[in-house]
Amino acid sequence: MILKGRAHKFGDNINTDDIIAARYLDSQDDSFLGSKCMENIDPDFIKRVSKGDIIVSGTNFGCGSSREHAPVSLKGAGISLVIAKSFARIFYRNCINVGLPILVCNDGDKISDKDELEVDLSAGRIKNITKNQSYNSEKFPSFMTEIVESGGLLKWIINKKR
Amino acid sequence: MGLTIAEKILLKHSGQKELGDFVYAKVDFCFGNDITAPLAVKEFLKAGFDSVFNPGKIGFVCDHFLPARDAKAANNAKFLKEFSRKFRIKHFYDINHCGVEHAFLLERGLVKPGDLVVGADSHTCTGGALGAFATGVGSTDLSAAMYTGFCWLKVPQTIKFVYKGKPGKWVGGKDLILATIGKIGVDGALYQVMEFCGPVIEKIGAEDRLAMSNMAIEAGGKAGIIAPDEITLSYLNKIAGIKLPVSYIKNLKSDRDAKYSRIVEIDVTNMEPQVACPHSPANVRPVSALKAVKLQQVIIGSCTNGRIGDLKIAAKIIKGKPIARGVRVVVIPATPDVYLQAEKEGLLKIFASAGCAVSSPTCGSCLGGHMGILDKGETAIATTNRNFIGRMGSPESFVYLSSPAVAAASAIKGRIAHPDEIR
Repeated sequence: MILKGRAHKFGDNINTDDIIAARYLDSQDDSFLGSKCMENIDPDFIKRVSKGDIIVSGTNFGCGSSREHAPVSLKGAGISLVIAKSFARIFYRNCINVGLPILVCNDGDKISDKDELEVDLSAGRIKNITKNQSYNSEKFPSFMTEIVESGGLLKWIINKKR
Repeated sequence: MGLTIAEKILLKHSGQKELGDFVYAKVDFCFGNDITAPLAVKEFLKAGFDSVFNPGKIGFVCDHFLPARDAKAANNAKFLKEFSRKFRIKHFYDINHCGVEHAFLLERGLVKPGDLVVGADSHTCTGGALGAFATGVGSTDLSAAMYTGFCWLKVPQTIKFVYKGKPGKWVGGKDLILATIGKIGVDGALYQVMEFCGPVIEKIGAEDRLAMSNMAIEAGGKAGIIAPDEITLSYLNKIAGIKLPVSYIKNLKSDRDAKYSRIVEIDVTNMEPQVACPHSPANVRPVSALKAVKLQQVIIGSCTNGRIGDLKIAAKIIKGKPIARGVRVVVIPATPDVYLQAEKEGLLKIFASAGCAVSSPTCGSCLGGHMGILDKGETAIATTNRNFIGRMGSPESFVYLSSPAVAAASAIKGRIAHPDEIR
């Protein structure tokens, strides 16, 4: 799958309260949660983001609370992919489970805010169209690829049962 | 090659002879709360699942926005109640006979040494203090566990933390874990198990250990585990009425030749009470460096520090002294048992007489849900576990994290204070 979008840069240790504040967690609606995405740290983020855009972040993205509302909110905001140097573990599994693509890549610092990116997800190849550069990302363990390719954890379970 | 306690528990639940990179492990108990479980149930129903693996091994604890702060919160609890009735879920808890999940479920005897527990709440790691492999997962993971009784887990490496020296009078589990997170950072234990041990851990009480394991996630840890001992067994007997023989925990410790990714030694001698400053649990400083910080709110409670021992320390400091003018102080016993015990020991009277508000059990203010929210420009000290931007209300408010002793002393002074300042 090829994803295309503009980069939105964030720093290290972006936590799930940053992604979606707890006051909104009584909702499970993706478009509502999407409309509040990053509100605590960047109230204008939602005005700048377009469908398909890509978050590029530092280390430990998604740390803190286990709320699956965080990847749901990112999806609801139109984000197609998160690239980070590392992910917090519960956020990482939540993304695998709900089907929000993520890539671990150490070259995030070479990407600037608003750069146009084109990403070949299955190859893990990131093309920076603005800067005419390309970067590789870490390969997913085959077990996780299996879940992602099934369309998420619950579909993987249903397939497995068959 | 020997195994760590975490590896032993995972191996036992994997049904395999050896551990690979991943396990598809059998869970002893799984649970969620009024925020995470409604999403899990919606996914469960959407997937067309029509049965649960074991209605006695699933729990829903409505603790975050309860007593219902608004109609939406009430609806989430109602939704869980209806699902529980239909699928005969045994451990559904609404506001009556209900407390903060990571304190309450332990009192119900649902987390035992050697168990594999997954909870759709990041502070599930609290159960590690009893020698369980307890780890936080997401809502979809909870749906899957409810249906299959299994959970996929990457087999983690373990970091060994050895605590040595003699802790001072006011230094407890909260200070040890804050010092640890300050040392290694918020991703210092990413994907790894934190194993707490050493002479200090062997001596401190079970509630201090619970505060430590509780905050393993604040360093990115997958679990915060402590080998169970007689302190664990007598605590379980006291809070849950479970009598386990010593033989039950005999093998629940790391082998001498177990492999660790790293060993970190921490000397606690001369350690001051520790405080995490805004906006990171790793931004830790000794309390005496922060005496100029003025406060508008103090919170004593939560899954980290809302147990009876925490309230006892706070009450001892507050007894007979009014709280500072202009400071809102909320004391939140973590469970009904803690509340009743505090009442019996006269602690609630001490708090109320000093001017504190005493709440029924809830996670409430810790996550900025309700029951003590900060306005723009306001500052709180709290015995909770996170001080991220906007965690307790306005994105322009400030949260400091401390032990109950420091929070109580600060409530009297109206600024961050060392317990020694209170005579």
